[in-house]
Amino acid sequence: MANTSAPKPAFMNNPMVKWIDYRLPIFTFMHHELHEYPTPKNLNYWWNFGSLAGIMLVVMIVSGIVLAMHYTPHVDFAFNSVERIMRDVNSGWLIRYIHMNGGSMFFIAVYIHIFRGLYYGSYKAPREVLWWLGIIILLLMMATAFLGYVLPWGQMSYWGATVITNLFSAFPLIGDPIVTWLWGGFSVDNPTLNRFFSLHYLLPFVIVGVVVLHLVALHTHGSGNPVGIDTKGPQDKIPFHPYYTVKDLFGLGVFFLVFAAIVFFAPNMLGEPDNYIPANPLQTPPHIVPEWYLLPFYAILRSIPSKLIGVLAMFGSIFILFILPWLDTSRVRSARFRPIYRIFFWLFLIDCVVLGWIGANPPEGYFLLIGRLATAWYFLHFLIILPLLGWFERPLPLPTSISEPVLKGGGSVAAAKPMEKA
Amino acid sequence: MRKLVFALVASATLVASTAAFAAEAAAPPSQSWSFSGVFGTFDRAAAQRGYQVYKEVCSACHSLSQIRFRNLQDLGFSEDEVKALAAGYEVTDGPNDEGQMFQRPAKPADRFVAPFPNEKAARAANNSAYPPDLSLMTKARKDGANYVYALLTGYGEPPAAAKLMEGMNYNKFFPGNQIAMGQPLNPEQVAYTDGTKATVEQMSHDVVTFLAWSAEPELEARKRLGVKVLLFLLVLTALLYAVKRKVWRNAH
Repeated sequence: MANTSAPKPAFMNNPMVKWIDYRLPIFTFMHHELHEYPTPKNLNYWWNFGSLAGIMLVVMIVSGIVLAMHYTPHVDFAFNSVERIMRDVNSGWLIRYIHMNGGSMFFIAVYIHIFRGLYYGSYKAPREVLWWLGIIILLLMMATAFLGYVLPWGQMSYWGATVITNLFSAFPLIGDPIVTWLWGGFSVDNPTLNRFFSLHYLLPFVIVGVVVLHLVALHTHGSGNPVGIDTKGPQDKIPFHPYYTVKDLFGLGVFFLVFAAIVFFAPNMLGEPDNYIPANPLQTPPHIVPEWYLLPFYAILRSIPSKLIGVLAMFGSIFILFILPWLDTSRVRSARFRPIYRIFFWLFLIDCVVLGWIGANPPEGYFLLIGRLATAWYFLHFLIILPLLGWFERPLPLPTSISEPVLKGGGSVAAAKPMEKA
Repeated sequence: MRKLVFALVASATLVASTAAFAAEAAAPPSQSWSFSGVFGTFDRAAAQRGYQVYKEVCSACHSLSQIRFRNLQDLGFSEDEVKALAAGYEVTDGPNDEGQMFQRPAKPADRFVAPFPNEKAARAANNSAYPPDLSLMTKARKDGANYVYALLTGYGEPPAAAKLMEGMNYNKFFPGNQIAMGQPLNPEQVAYTDGTKATVEQMSHDVVTFLAWSAEPELEARKRLGVKVLLFLLVLTALLYAVKRKVWRNAH
């Protein structure tokens, strides 16, 4: 173990493999990036969620391609074609419930992945571009999820599409033409549904492309780690395979247990009942709400009285993440050694949950007040607290290396045993 | 147009929320259902009785368009019974070789026949209210099965303070407490052939079981497969954990 120059596996001596590898070094590449890829030895289970998100992306693409074979993107047939999938297509209900709840599981994995990055300072040098690519993936995921939610053409599909596309009308002068252009007409109608289907099919493959870049950036400097200091040598690292492949697989088993419990026993728990009512342009549902994973941003949008500023704040709440590496002025990565940041991290997490709860409720009375406070805190956290913390906070002493025992008070790093053969 | 839509959205939200404050619909009490729980299945006898209630009462106004006659075999009707049931309805088919549409008795593959040819006809016959399709009703409302049961049993005299609009009925479980549908079920409205006493509660319970099946006909297959998948994943995950422990034993 801990030996990154392990001999190549036996199959690499197969003449056919050698012939191909000499011309296209795909086997060498895979061996290098997936097998011997040196990884910090102290990653905890929060590091599982990147690969989980990647696997969910594959699950979504595969189930989605099968659904597309049976779905009809037309306002008169879309709703019934989904019901046909549920009732008459062999195992159609299973494929649809996997796809429908898979979206939620994908967002759960990605949100945990992002908050892990926030806690352990994964966005700091030299991983800023890796972080940017992650934000781009998040934006693409949101767009894809929104487009997909429109396809069953239920009440929430239709009215969600109406509300979200109308956001663009907030921009002066160009707003209305943009909305007409997005709709392909003068209201959400068949052209809208057609293009949404086309784009919903396209964007996941764009996500795959950005994920590849995300991985290239990741493998350039390797994973961060819970202690947040750079690896100092081979004694700090272990090859990705078998250590993290097996750890990721175990995490995948746990994750799929949760996924399966939802798919088989509560498949509509995370959805809105209104979406089982066919779209009706003449009847507005009492409460138009997006899916749970977009609720915090919806809350930010609605907490601001001006529509234009609300839209800008909503997009700003994600775009602000692009400059996070420079807003956080602390040179210590991991919150383990940042006692004050740790408190603010949990406050920020609670703030996001509160925003989600507010987003699910009508913007009136106390909901409106709490929503405004939570929105203010969201931006305060990034724009005021993080820049100041770097100056005022006294970080705890950092360990000198990953494999050395951590100094007293250094937190919960597992005491490293003496190395057998480092 | 966009402003209009936005105003519509805003005003509808406002109206709905003020209406909710004015007459908060009571939360439906939980009933015990044969199809709830991990091992839940549809009580066939109740679902068959429920079909009778739907056929003799609900179907006068409500369609059930997602269901085909052949689906009734899931509820324990035999193929011949289904053929006979279907043959009791006329459907339009065609055009034939002469280019004419024609009427023929329904076959098992046909969908349930709707009571009205279109929404306008339905509204014209129902004091301009539109009786919704019931195929997905228990999925299309929050806490669907309990809600539909509560609605069917929730009719009564309005409180003195409540003002009902012309032609509306008081129902404490309907949002706004005013519903266009008159009380649909009355004691002994259907004559059950299995000797079950047709109380309003019994009929409501039976028809909700039937509608829960029509909304989620895959429910039994889903739960059966779910138990197997979860057991498989539990064993697999336990094995993976053991492998993980073994692989990592010397790594720390």
